[in-house]
Amino acid sequence: MAEHVTSRKVYFLVFAALIVLTVVTWLVAQVDLGWANDVVALTIAVTKAVLVLLFFMHVRTSTRMTILTATAGFFWLVILIGLTLADYLTRGSSWLPVPGK
Amino acid sequence: MASSPLAHGAHHHPALAHQFDTMEQQKESSTLGMWLFLVTEIMFFGGLFLTYVVYRSRFPAAFLLASNSLNVLLGGINTAVLIGSSLTMALAIWAAQVNWRKGIVIFLLATIGLGSTFLVIKGFEYHDKFVEHHVPGPNFNFVEENPNVHIRQIAARDPNLGRHASIFFSLYFIMTGLHATHMVIGIAVLIVMVVLSWKGKYDARYYNPLEMTGLYWHFVDIVWIFLFPLLYLLGAHAAR
Repeated sequence: MAEHVTSRKVYFLVFAALIVLTVVTWLVAQVDLGWANDVVALTIAVTKAVLVLLFFMHVRTSTRMTILTATAGFFWLVILIGLTLADYLTRGSSWLPVPGK
Repeated sequence: MASSPLAHGAHHHPALAHQFDTMEQQKESSTLGMWLFLVTEIMFFGGLFLTYVVYRSRFPAAFLLASNSLNVLLGGINTAVLIGSSLTMALAIWAAQVNWRKGIVIFLLATIGLGSTFLVIKGFEYHDKFVEHHVPGPNFNFVEENPNVHIRQIAARDPNLGRHASIFFSLYFIMTGLHATHMVIGIAVLIVMVVLSWKGKYDARYYNPLEMTGLYWHFVDIVWIFLFPLLYLLGAHAAR
């Protein structure tokens, strides 16, 4: 059997890491760091998401085909947001009409 | 015991469908199919995240103050509750893998319990927003008569603060509402899984539906992992 059984210890460790990261992101958010607030918050969120993906969702032990499919999904999300911002952020100050105006 | 398709019906697991050669192949197929569905979910939520990013970069002051009005404590508790439900979901899979059928039911029920707790807390948060007139619509009212000087300074940056704050709250209700809808669907699926596990349908050799339910549940958890900092923590540093 090529079945992978992740041990309970791994699940509890991942759970503990996720809780710790939640507390850290909450603490950092109390301080005004300007644009760095977003960088820290998103870095922690991505780290947490990767932990869930690799261990809880068993991507770590999935077939290459599944890993490729999952990666492609997130890759396209980056394209969606990246290319849209490349447009909006280079339009100057009055690029978005205010609704109702 | 990888029997050939021709020898079908010999001595294979009753849950092995006709079109598959082995249990492993069947599981791989289910996992890939589930992930294709999850990719459409990434795009589904992705469009909303994109809208959030674009509007927030346009109206930073209104988004900051509107975010500041959310209850970070309840949002944080809900984050922990959801992470806990992911743990119990993973443990339900573990219970199946070690052939502990009673354990599957116990951990699935725990997952349902934590998921329901999340929804109840979310309900209280929504209630607060209704009372505060922070729900976009005819009764929407977002005036910061906050005595805090720092907050009044931020508010002064945007002459049309209320209207732009209503964009934040629209996104808040649509994104958390869509997320909560996914939770309700997840709990409904989990209830079916409890019944089937109780009947002894799953064991170490076959637990695909449990694994697929888990993938869905963890994905919904990941969505929240991003919603929490973007909606709640964004304005946390603007003093209360």
